[in-house]
Amino acid sequence: MRCRERVILVVSLVSGFLVCVSVFILMAFLLRRGLPALRGDLLFGNTPVMEAILGLKPVWDGIWPAMAGTLGLLILTMSFAIIPGVGCGIFLACYATPRQKEGLGLAVDLLAGIPSIVMGLFGFILILFLRRTFLPRGTTCMLLASFCLALLVLPSLIASTVSSLEGLPEELSLTAEALGFSQGQALRHVLLPAAGNGILSGIMLAMGRTAEDTAVIMLTGVVANAGFPAGLLSKFEALPFFVYYTAAQYADQQELTRGFGAILVLLLLSGGLLLGSWYLQRKLELRWRGERG
Amino acid sequence: MPPPRRSQLWIRSLALGVGGVLASVFAFIMFSALEALARGRGLSLFGNLWSPGAGQFGIMPMIAASLLLSLSALALGWTVSLGCCCALHLRTCPRLSKLLMGILRFMTAMPTVVYGFAAVFLLVPLIRSALGGSGFCWFTAGVVLALQGVPTMTLVMDGAMASLEKETGITSAALGFTPLQHLVWVVLPSMKPWLFSAAVLGFGRAMGDTLIPTMLAGNAPQFPASPLDSVRTLTAHISLVLSSDMGGGEHLSLMLSGGILLTISLLVSLTVRYISFRGRRR
Repeated sequence: MRCRERVILVVSLVSGFLVCVSVFILMAFLLRRGLPALRGDLLFGNTPVMEAILGLKPVWDGIWPAMAGTLGLLILTMSFAIIPGVGCGIFLACYATPRQKEGLGLAVDLLAGIPSIVMGLFGFILILFLRRTFLPRGTTCMLLASFCLALLVLPSLIASTVSSLEGLPEELSLTAEALGFSQGQALRHVLLPAAGNGILSGIMLAMGRTAEDTAVIMLTGVVANAGFPAGLLSKFEALPFFVYYTAAQYADQQELTRGFGAILVLLLLSGGLLLGSWYLQRKLELRWRGERG
Repeated sequence: MPPPRRSQLWIRSLALGVGGVLASVFAFIMFSALEALARGRGLSLFGNLWSPGAGQFGIMPMIAASLLLSLSALALGWTVSLGCCCALHLRTCPRLSKLLMGILRFMTAMPTVVYGFAAVFLLVPLIRSALGGSGFCWFTAGVVLALQGVPTMTLVMDGAMASLEKETGITSAALGFTPLQHLVWVVLPSMKPWLFSAAVLGFGRAMGDTLIPTMLAGNAPQFPASPLDSVRTLTAHISLVLSSDMGGGEHLSLMLSGGILLTISLLVSLTVRYISFRGRRR
């Protein structure tokens, strides 16, 4: 029966090696092709910088419109998602009766498993429905896309809020209660500040998911050349969609290089958000577990 | 057990609102899928042929492709994940384990579109020259999908393995087990439920992924005869066939595909939940 040990050993060494090597090759390839693109004109092309940033002049050969679209999506999505997500998490962690916890927890779990393309399809069906009923001139747009993205990241926001509140030591809420704090006061002045880093780290993870998701926006209003986003009710560009589009439709080497540049920008964005969220999470853990041992 | 507390009104209404929105998402998609079924009687939506010109809107090839692609990606990805998870806990070289963990964590943040893009320019030419065909095929998409699914599954397994190892580590060290023996004979047999739930989760992820199949699998609506054939998954079908033609067969097939994907994801979530409940009770 020694053979089982040997099989496991070989499988683990081979697969660890495979994963490391493929990620290294992938990153090396992306960096080699993408770094030459990271120059001043990657963002704005030949358009004067100030006018491009303000959207006064169209940018034809840069990725600024896509970046602006992604930033807009991030801001809108987070403004839709943060309050319901964190509020619902607080409810689940502090107030819910076991039965409510069961029911809402199930709903959140189920929502977390929905593929993003189905969420995009939901947005598409929703706008068709609205066209038939209240908004005959409605069309897919940035507002709709960020609403669907907010639904997509809501479960992870709720889960991270719940886990950072429930991870706090119990003496904290007991002490607050003993000092005569009401539940609401304890939450506002003790528990939320203590769990703040964890909640923020969850928000950053959700932002990373928003920035990278392509399937939702594909069905809810992203297009290849909308220019600088004109408003909440207009079509828009976005970085991940730009990458997807470039892979299939690039016309010349220059466009391809721009695609690689866009990938590096996207990776920087999501990698930065991931690092930030780690840092906050670690700080939270050190504060409540490390020092007290 | 603290006494029941009354929550503030705004928090309660937020929770209620979130619950309502979630329910309406399910209702909307399921209702549209049923409507598609009802209205699409003459269009043979569950047929074997996709040929809009001839009025044939069968999505059976897409369902088959989705299942085949995600099961094959799962078989590869799950094995690699199990290996990675063991490699993380072997303790022969802690520094390498740490490196592997860092890479896996990094992979969770990697956008799917990046995998797709890199594979179009790296893997596809390689497969085209080595195995023939166009390179955009079931095999390519399966490999990349497997790689993309590895971090999720490994992290699930790793969580279970870490806690089991802690529980039994001292005992088996006292009995003279080496770390490898401990892993193989004590930890692995007792983490079967988690291995299964990681597999279910990975299957759900692979089923629901859109970008990799769309960019790499070639998108021909057909039953594949070999791994080098081009296939079109349900998700790719939705992203490709976006018609605003309200009553058309294409539109109905889209709704039906969405309903099928939603049903599968519900089954996956319920299974994972059930397994973890049973695990906790034990």
